[in-house]
Amino acid sequence: MRFRGRAAAWVAAAVVLVLGAVTWLVWPSESRVRVLEQAITVVDGPADDQRVTLDTSFFPPADGGRAPAVLLAHGFGGSKQSVRDAAERLAREGYAVLTWSARGFGRSTGQIALNSPDYEVKDVRQLVDWLAGRPEVLLDGSGDPRVGIAGGSYGGAVALMTAAHDDRIDAIVPQITWYDLADALFPDAGGKGPGNGVFKRMWAGLFFSRGGAPAAGGGIASLTGAVPGAVPTGAGDGAGSTPGGAGGSTAPGRTPTAEEVRCGRFLPEICDMYQEVAETGRATPEAVETLRRSSPVSVQGRIRIPTLLIQGRRDSLFPLEHADANARAIAATGAPVGVAWFDGGHDGGDGEVDRLHEQTLAWFDHYLKGAGGAGRPAEVAAFTVTRDGGRDPGTRRQVQLHATADAYPGLSGSSRTAVALEGAEQPVAGPPGGSPASISSLPGFGALAGQGGLSLSVDMAGQSASFESAPLAAPLQVTGSSTVRVRVRVLSGGSAGSGGADGPRDAGEGSGDSRGSGGARDVTLFAKLYDTAEGTAAPILPEGLVAPVRLTVPEGAEAAEAVVRLPAIDHRFEAGHRLRVTFTTTDLAYDSPDAPAVYAVSLASPELTAPVHAALRTPATGPAWWTWALPLAAVVAAAALVLAGRRRPADEHVPELDAVPLRIEGLTKAYRNGERAVDDLSFTVERGQVLGLLGPNGAGKTTTMRMMMGLIRPDAGQIRIFGHRVVPGAPVLSRLGSFVEGAGFLPHLSGRANLELYWKATGRPAADAHLEEALEIAGLGGALERAVRTYSQGMRQRLAIAQAMLGLPDLLVLDEPTNGLDPPQIREMREVLIRYAARGRTVIVSSHLLAEVEQTCSHVVVMHRGRLVTAGPVSELLSGDRVRSGGTGARLEDVFLDLIGEKA
Amino acid sequence: MSDTVTGAARTAPQAGGRGVNPDGSAPGYAPGRTLPLRVEFVRQLRRRRTAVLFGLLLALPWILVVAFEIGVRTGRPGGSLRISDLATEGGLNFAAFSLSVSANFLLAVAVAVFCGDTVASEAGWSSLRYLLAAPIPRDRLLRQKLVVALGYSTAAVVCLPVMALLAGTLAFGWNDVRVPGTGEVIPALDVLPRFAVVVGYVLVSQLVVAALAFLLSVGTDSPLGAVGGAVGLVIVSTILQAVDALGSLREFLPTFWNTAWLDALASEPDFSGMIKGVAVAVTYSVLLIAFAFRRFRRRDVVA
Repeated sequence: MRFRGRAAAWVAAAVVLVLGAVTWLVWPSESRVRVLEQAITVVDGPADDQRVTLDTSFFPPADGGRAPAVLLAHGFGGSKQSVRDAAERLAREGYAVLTWSARGFGRSTGQIALNSPDYEVKDVRQLVDWLAGRPEVLLDGSGDPRVGIAGGSYGGAVALMTAAHDDRIDAIVPQITWYDLADALFPDAGGKGPGNGVFKRMWAGLFFSRGGAPAAGGGIASLTGAVPGAVPTGAGDGAGSTPGGAGGSTAPGRTPTAEEVRCGRFLPEICDMYQEVAETGRATPEAVETLRRSSPVSVQGRIRIPTLLIQGRRDSLFPLEHADANARAIAATGAPVGVAWFDGGHDGGDGEVDRLHEQTLAWFDHYLKGAGGAGRPAEVAAFTVTRDGGRDPGTRRQVQLHATADAYPGLSGSSRTAVALEGAEQPVAGPPGGSPASISSLPGFGALAGQGGLSLSVDMAGQSASFESAPLAAPLQVTGSSTVRVRVRVLSGGSAGSGGADGPRDAGEGSGDSRGSGGARDVTLFAKLYDTAEGTAAPILPEGLVAPVRLTVPEGAEAAEAVVRLPAIDHRFEAGHRLRVTFTTTDLAYDSPDAPAVYAVSLASPELTAPVHAALRTPATGPAWWTWALPLAAVVAAAALVLAGRRRPADEHVPELDAVPLRIEGLTKAYRNGERAVDDLSFTVERGQVLGLLGPNGAGKTTTMRMMMGLIRPDAGQIRIFGHRVVPGAPVLSRLGSFVEGAGFLPHLSGRANLELYWKATGRPAADAHLEEALEIAGLGGALERAVRTYSQGMRQRLAIAQAMLGLPDLLVLDEPTNGLDPPQIREMREVLIRYAARGRTVIVSSHLLAEVEQTCSHVVVMHRGRLVTAGPVSELLSGDRVRSGGTGARLEDVFLDLIGEKA
Repeated sequence: MSDTVTGAARTAPQAGGRGVNPDGSAPGYAPGRTLPLRVEFVRQLRRRRTAVLFGLLLALPWILVVAFEIGVRTGRPGGSLRISDLATEGGLNFAAFSLSVSANFLLAVAVAVFCGDTVASEAGWSSLRYLLAAPIPRDRLLRQKLVVALGYSTAAVVCLPVMALLAGTLAFGWNDVRVPGTGEVIPALDVLPRFAVVVGYVLVSQLVVAALAFLLSVGTDSPLGAVGGAVGLVIVSTILQAVDALGSLREFLPTFWNTAWLDALASEPDFSGMIKGVAVAVTYSVLLIAFAFRRFRRRDVVA
């Protein structure tokens, strides 16, 4: 019964477990999002006369009904496939999502016009028209869908540009994108604009080549996969790799024409413009004009909708300055603006895919779905900066902390700290041909730098001037652009000053000029802000960012000065670290002058002004809740486990039985399989008796003895020793000496040590043990000092009986005590037991040597198959009328065989 | 021999009711005095496995020292900053290295042996039934055995780093600590208290192994089964730890935080991982030990 119940419980538990696991595995993980692939034809161009077919995917909202729409734009060099995952995710959240390959990318036709209002913006406006006709899309009015735009890099810019040109757009989330493309490609940290800017040669080359000839493999994914929130990294689908695409796309197996190789899928005007500026390294006013037409800078004040600007901290292409300018322009219209600096950007980093998705979703939920009512969305702070939280101690991965503030202070911070810098005027050389160049970052290969902020920065010897602060007394958290005032003298050589963009500059010509004296001189410097620690650690260049500046030393003047805005960063300079401002004459990522020159660089004022935004705080995170809750719960559960079912039965002492060594009443014990080992056994043993427990193998003798020792619990009935009920560990057991089913000794200890330690384990006084007497019974002699593992079976047996007699217990229980003894020892043992009982003690012996029992015992209990067959004095049993088999005489053996034979 | 027994019987208090305690026990018996810790300690002390384990733990640092002395230094010094490359920087670096190579397995095995063998071997020797019939109350027997087993485990876990510190200091000198990964240098005296924290943490993190071994020990007659089961848990848990797909669920694996003590040796010690590790270890071990007690109390001892 019991066994079957247990088995059934196990089987049931196993079935439940398996069913649960299967259900969990088979359960559909996520609802499939439907997708509608469609080519939408739009008309654009300055004269609205160019037909372009856009390759689109429409994802209806997963939960049906009319829902707000989201246009998801891809990055440069990507296609609608790059944003598929993000689109499905948004569709699952209940948005109607439309993705498309921009003109000139993927399978869409047309040529790349760099988000021109005449081309790409017109395309997107017609996509909004298309959305207005969809039954899945929520409308604000006729032809006016409720729609937001999100996208990264190229896609972020089209979001901004469309928002400026189409007032049907309700909210946008542009990511890692530009404010002024001219400024991004020709930055000047001196603030004189792109016309005076230093050409960002490597990035510009990568940028324009992505829209050009077929890319060889996906080596450079940072442009296409630049916005992990919207564009999964590595999913970039190069324009040239799409067979069958129209425009400048090259079909495999066909040699591209010269024009295709030259301009790829770019609009020829754009292509010509790029080729001109790339050759000269200077932005022409026409180029600035063209690039700015594609930039939010040209539509200032026209973006008046809620905008969440997400910009990468690791972005040397569109650094934080661009998000800052966008934020200021949009906030000036009174529209809500959120700014987030995340751990990512065109130079790599973590990407924070999930975090950006959540922030984008929260923004759209608030402004498109209207969830959460008025005011700003609670989940998106006005200003969020992702900071390095060190490594997670468990996963060993970098952890991001998100510091938030209720206001975005801009790159100058909410307050400024001046840090004194030291350093004399230092001569620096501009190498001929601009090589070797110092390194700050490797555009397009940001992943090389890894997530750990490994600094690639190398300053070439002789080409840099450094100014260092004293070790900081307290940590300094710089958030924004520090400024420093630099002064430069031209010692020799240098490029002819232009004072602006005055046409192509020939390197050889400049070199020739430099030999001459007089005339304005251009000086290009690259400013870096290092974090240096004492000791062996290499200086850290935060995010690998560098600020290029071009100074012009006017004719006749000795020196030029400029306030340099150092790269915008969020970096904590630890106490004891130094700030170091370094000016180099070259940078690998930028166009450096070819003419050799020597300058003297010094600080016009010996300090650096660092922006601080103290309100930007990381929410304090204590240890995870479970670190205290879990152990606490475990302790409570453990206490419950231990205490529950702890019965301390009353001793149930029966004083009348004080003098009765053993009384067994109705004792029953079943095996697991239900078979009864002991079945309703009852008998009493009086003082002074030597009781023989007789029965064939399996009669239940040993089980009964185990129950007497409290080792196993009876299923029914009870055992009383001197009136006290036997339970596991009952104190009365201290008056019981036992030897059941073989000896139990520590094999590595000697016989004497075993007995001594056993007695010490009982905790009773050493004098009560009568150790020497017991040892005498064992009769082991010198073997006593040997380890028990060397003993023979008989020696162990004798030692075990001696152990049972330690303390001269009032009741001695011996299981087959003469097993393994030789005849003289058996005889001695018999006498020992008889004498032991003669003093009022009681001995219970089980044996299968019937003759032995006959000679030793005064009383006998015969058991068979767990049941009591008979009990009584041996003499009575022998003479009684139970002896039926005549002729053989009164021997216990005959009686016994007769008894069990009868039962069997 | 029969004479002596009879003689002894004559001088002893007469059987049957006289001179016994109210609870029916023999004179001088008190449940609270059974199986003193000292006795259990001695019972376990002279076992061969105790000597072998401690011998191994004490010899390992010297073996490592010899290995480092024999091994040819390849690469320029300071080129790599792994903990194994920095082992020869000084005594503390060496001790940290020794701990890192042994904490995952060797110490776990040692702890599993001390805690897994303690009850199971008694059952295997059949001595358990005589202890219980002495009688030593079951809860008390388990408690005393647990305390002694944990004491041996503690000694094992402590003796290795201490010996490594000694061996490393003698072989490589008493130098400041170079932090793996960053190569920063921390003064030796600053690290010493942290080193104590590390040893304490390693001790706590092995508690799960100890508790599981103890639970298995209570349920089986085979010491090998108990030890093997506990070591098996370490292996399975370590394997699961490698499954990144489990994500943060892995934080609740019993071995997940075993190396968290490395954070305490960084230039800026981070104790958050160790706190989590302690929480997980305490949770598991408290529950496992509670199960052990519950199980042993109800169990029929048939061995």
